[in-house]
Amino acid sequence: MRSDLSHQTNQNMTLEAFADTIVPGEKRFPDDIAVAGASSGGGAVAAGALELLADPATGIADDLGAFADLINEHARAYAAEHGLTPDPELPPLVGLSFADRTALIRHLTSPTHPEREIWILVALFSNMAFDTGAHLHTVDAMAAGHPGLAAMGFAQPDADGLWRFPDYSYGRELAHLHPGTTSSGSPA
Amino acid sequence: MTESNGTERVDVLIVGSGFGGAIAAYHLAAGGASVLVLERGPWLEGEDFDHDFKLGSSYTRIFDFVVGDGMSLLGGNCVGGGSVVYFAAMPRAPRFVFDRQGSIGRRMWPASVTRDTLDPWYDRVTESLPVTRQDWNDVTYSGGLFAAACAHAGRTANPVPVAIDASKCTNCNWMMAGCRFDAKRSLLFNYLPAALAHGARIRPMHEVQKLTRNTDGGYRVHYNVIDDSDYRITAGSGSIDAKIVVLAAGAGATPVILQRSEPDLGKMPHAVGRYFSGNGERLNTAILDEDRVRDLLGLAKPDGVPYAASQVGKGPCVASWDRLDGARPEYTRYSLEQLYFPPGFGTILAQVPDATGPSWFGAEKKEIVRRWQSWLTIFAMTEDDNEGVFGPPPATGNAMRISQQMLGRGPIRYDPTPNTLRGWALADADVKDIMERDGLSRVMPWTNDVVGAYTVHPLASCRIGDDPATSALDDRHELRGHPGIFVTDGSAVPGALTVNPALTIAALAERAMPGIVAAARARGVNVSYGAPAPDGATSARNAVLPLLVRD
Repeated sequence: MRSDLSHQTNQNMTLEAFADTIVPGEKRFPDDIAVAGASSGGGAVAAGALELLADPATGIADDLGAFADLINEHARAYAAEHGLTPDPELPPLVGLSFADRTALIRHLTSPTHPEREIWILVALFSNMAFDTGAHLHTVDAMAAGHPGLAAMGFAQPDADGLWRFPDYSYGRELAHLHPGTTSSGSPA
Repeated sequence: MTESNGTERVDVLIVGSGFGGAIAAYHLAAGGASVLVLERGPWLEGEDFDHDFKLGSSYTRIFDFVVGDGMSLLGGNCVGGGSVVYFAAMPRAPRFVFDRQGSIGRRMWPASVTRDTLDPWYDRVTESLPVTRQDWNDVTYSGGLFAAACAHAGRTANPVPVAIDASKCTNCNWMMAGCRFDAKRSLLFNYLPAALAHGARIRPMHEVQKLTRNTDGGYRVHYNVIDDSDYRITAGSGSIDAKIVVLAAGAGATPVILQRSEPDLGKMPHAVGRYFSGNGERLNTAILDEDRVRDLLGLAKPDGVPYAASQVGKGPCVASWDRLDGARPEYTRYSLEQLYFPPGFGTILAQVPDATGPSWFGAEKKEIVRRWQSWLTIFAMTEDDNEGVFGPPPATGNAMRISQQMLGRGPIRYDPTPNTLRGWALADADVKDIMERDGLSRVMPWTNDVVGAYTVHPLASCRIGDDPATSALDDRHELRGHPGIFVTDGSAVPGALTVNPALTIAALAERAMPGIVAAARARGVNVSYGAPAPDGATSARNAVLPLLVRD
């Protein structure tokens, strides 16, 4: 790994590469290496995955460095097993291609892997960063154009920060009721 | 009241404030008993309920997500319990459910409980909340879409009865964070305020750990006080003596409390912490082709868009009950219900149709998440095999908490049997048949490979029955071998119901009340049964009084 970068910077790049594998995004800048650029638009990293993972509320913030080191060990072994020669200047996970990152994380989260609970937890929060922006108040995330909520087409709140949908129904009978329906509206 | 040794003392101590606890608190307090409710979660109401996904907002404070081995449980964690976080769908269980045999080869329900004998108690709850029928004008776009898809496939579909005040509902779909608009008729609006008016007290953030027995035949209830924001932190502890204990901590917690109490109380019935059912639950996500929605179903919103409205609504509005046919063999009957899960819960387990890479994460997953507004979630409630078993209890509570709030690792193990797997497969195939017909959508079930199977309706881990070998409670909900301990929550329900269980849990709790009152009287408590509905309505009460055999 690059000696001019701190261990923590390498760990952060590793966690970014992990989160980017869960919800991939476009590169943030031309020589972005943690984000592989496997998808258009922002992914988990742009959505704030590292901020969410580091939120003490997740309960795993203190373990992130250890997780990064651990997955780099797996990445190193994966590269050796597959005859890859990743750039020695990069954290091992970051040095893998998007396809290889995906294959490795698929293996680590598979039903029989002994560490699956760790990696599923990191995947879960990476995913949440994208589709809920759970490190931010949602009204602030919406105002800032949060990439995940925007990609999903999440509706804007009213001016008071609450959601209301006055148009909500097709307003007509769309199926016949089950013949056994009781007077209380329940199944017989 | 306080004893000379300083230990607080009440007639009835209730653990949990969901349906089983709130109904008990109301009837016992109204009848004259001194009642204290200990609730492990916070006490939120009205403006406390946030429209906010930020960790620490109301949804993480009031929800509990326990990951087990093969099964994850979602449940309430607040004053009002499940009623505060749920979607308020309140159908009665179909008649055949009460004749289910399940894994034991004979009828699993007590002989005294049938749909006919439970109907008067369903009526009590229906009057108390109240529960009302919805019409098609109440049905949301997603419910209407499911109904139209069912009709297109030659099926029927019904608006489900709900405990929602439609005049206050904004269809914001934040129900799982608690209702900001007081539209959901949770227990915060009926049984609980009525219990408080009769002198019952509720202490939030009090998590009961275990019971011990006192020399007078009563019980000492030991609790921890939980930190307001970091639920992993214990802020204190204490104990309270009671003549009667009503356990209603939920099917994921009640058996754990009893298991932890076993060294002090003595042997627990075999069925404590066994026969757990996830209500046979299963989810599918359909990704709609908007053009086909317009062309096949003739649907359009005022803006001309056919659907693209997964965010709009109020949980489940429409169910298909075509497979709730008592003539069909057990394990082949189920209901299908349109549902909504917010992002986070509702997206992580959804799978990519025809994925070439991983199905639940990655580049292809992101592409389907971009179409989230065209998603329709279909919820199947099937007949599982009561195959869940609780392992040894964690140090405190019902889980080893991972996050400050909401997320924990629990002792439940669930290895689905061929019967359960067959029911899920049948339901999946049926959803596919309805939703993929003529290219309407693409459908995939949620993966069980990430957090195992999952349930929002944990049941049966401390169930009623006639057979002591396979039921922890007698048909009066009293714990076998431990007189004076009653269980009235979802853990008392014998098995999967094929529909949303809240009304049945509540009806069973109502039905248990006269017996608990009688047990309290036998222990010297001056209490009587016969309170009207919380708002004073009397018709359902008057209908049950003649059914009771007077002591």
